[in-house]
Amino acid sequence: MLNYEESKKVVFKGLILLAVVTLIEVAIALIGNGHIIEGMHWPKWLMYPLMISLSLYKAYFIVYEFMHMRYEVRGLSLSVLMPTVLLVWGLIAFANEGMHWNTSRAQIKEKNAIGLKSDGQSSKSSSEIHSSEVPATEAPATH
Amino acid sequence: MITEHVMTDEHNHGTHDTPGSWNGAAEPFKASYGKLMMWYFLLSDAFTFAGFLISYGALRLSMPSWPLPDFVFSTLPGGITHAPLIFVTIMTFVLILSSVTMVRAVQEGHRGNQSGVVKWMFFTIVGGLIFLGCQAWEWTTLIKGESMTVWTNPFGRHIEDGVYLEGDGHDIKAGQAFTVGAPYLIHYHDGHYNQLKYKNSAGEVKEQAFGPKAFGALFFFITGFHGFHVFSGVVFLLIIMLNAMTGLYQNRGNHYEMVEKIGLYWHFVDLVWVFVFLVFYLL
Repeated sequence: MLNYEESKKVVFKGLILLAVVTLIEVAIALIGNGHIIEGMHWPKWLMYPLMISLSLYKAYFIVYEFMHMRYEVRGLSLSVLMPTVLLVWGLIAFANEGMHWNTSRAQIKEKNAIGLKSDGQSSKSSSEIHSSEVPATEAPATH
Repeated sequence: MITEHVMTDEHNHGTHDTPGSWNGAAEPFKASYGKLMMWYFLLSDAFTFAGFLISYGALRLSMPSWPLPDFVFSTLPGGITHAPLIFVTIMTFVLILSSVTMVRAVQEGHRGNQSGVVKWMFFTIVGGLIFLGCQAWEWTTLIKGESMTVWTNPFGRHIEDGVYLEGDGHDIKAGQAFTVGAPYLIHYHDGHYNQLKYKNSAGEVKEQAFGPKAFGALFFFITGFHGFHVFSGVVFLLIIMLNAMTGLYQNRGNHYEMVEKIGLYWHFVDLVWVFVFLVFYLL
């Protein structure tokens, strides 16, 4: 543990650090989207990773310094931090699903149209869903 | 009977000689029950917020276009309308500052300085109230000024190049050209939304479409849920500050642990804002 004077310094350092990182993030968003210099646009693949890493750094600093996770027993910090790794999969799975909806709109509409014809049967067997690859009008409505 | 006797014997042996971890004598994580449970509550809360933000991401990725944040959030008090992200940056600074004053309150608690604890907690509460006031203004602007509702999202973006045909939008006049990705706000006049007509490069006449429907619900629900955390935090901070003033925690002699626990919660609220700020305003 730090003594009183040392920890007061950490607080001041934290204030400056969080403020500066936030300003950099906003600057990236404004410059990259052409608000500061007319006509200048940065690609998303450059802006997004930068802004995400800076935010993760802010999160790390808040948890480790302000919430004192640095000074807790290893078991405590592991039991709190490790479960959040599950979110990485959540993020990948849902992002993937979202992008799939975006790119497969026509196909999803087609499948829904077949689903409506099935006389109140809400669920379709896998063979029927496969048959939706052919145009909806030609697809078998019932078994 | 014999078995019972043996068990009782072992039990007694255990409690008298070695008060181990299994009967609550030792703290394996060297943290009190209350502090540990605050950490696990925050973990569960982090999953709740992550669930909301991940569904925001999934819905946003599922749409061909999404409202442009630095167009939606570009108003400042005093009628200034072209100040992208400035107001929300000020809100972020307010929350950072109140987090810093909270750290100071915890530090004063560690060295048993009652007046220091009360003073810094007071500043933290003021910060929380300013943040809530800013959020109330932001919501009022979106609801009253720009007519965004939970169901209707007047913020859209063009998916093709074109020229406006008839315009009585405040900034948009007939004859004005736009390109793909250009943001627009459908103005609300006399009880209905005024979707401006435009002609695209193929010569077809169309009108401005509403933006993704989920945007309003996601915005109001997620920032509202965060704001509710700030509000609850302010209430708890107030109660704990009053308790500190009466000398309650001084008498407990545990270095103001209650202040430390509400401090963890308050920093967590700041932590969540880091991610709300990232996904709603920056990306």
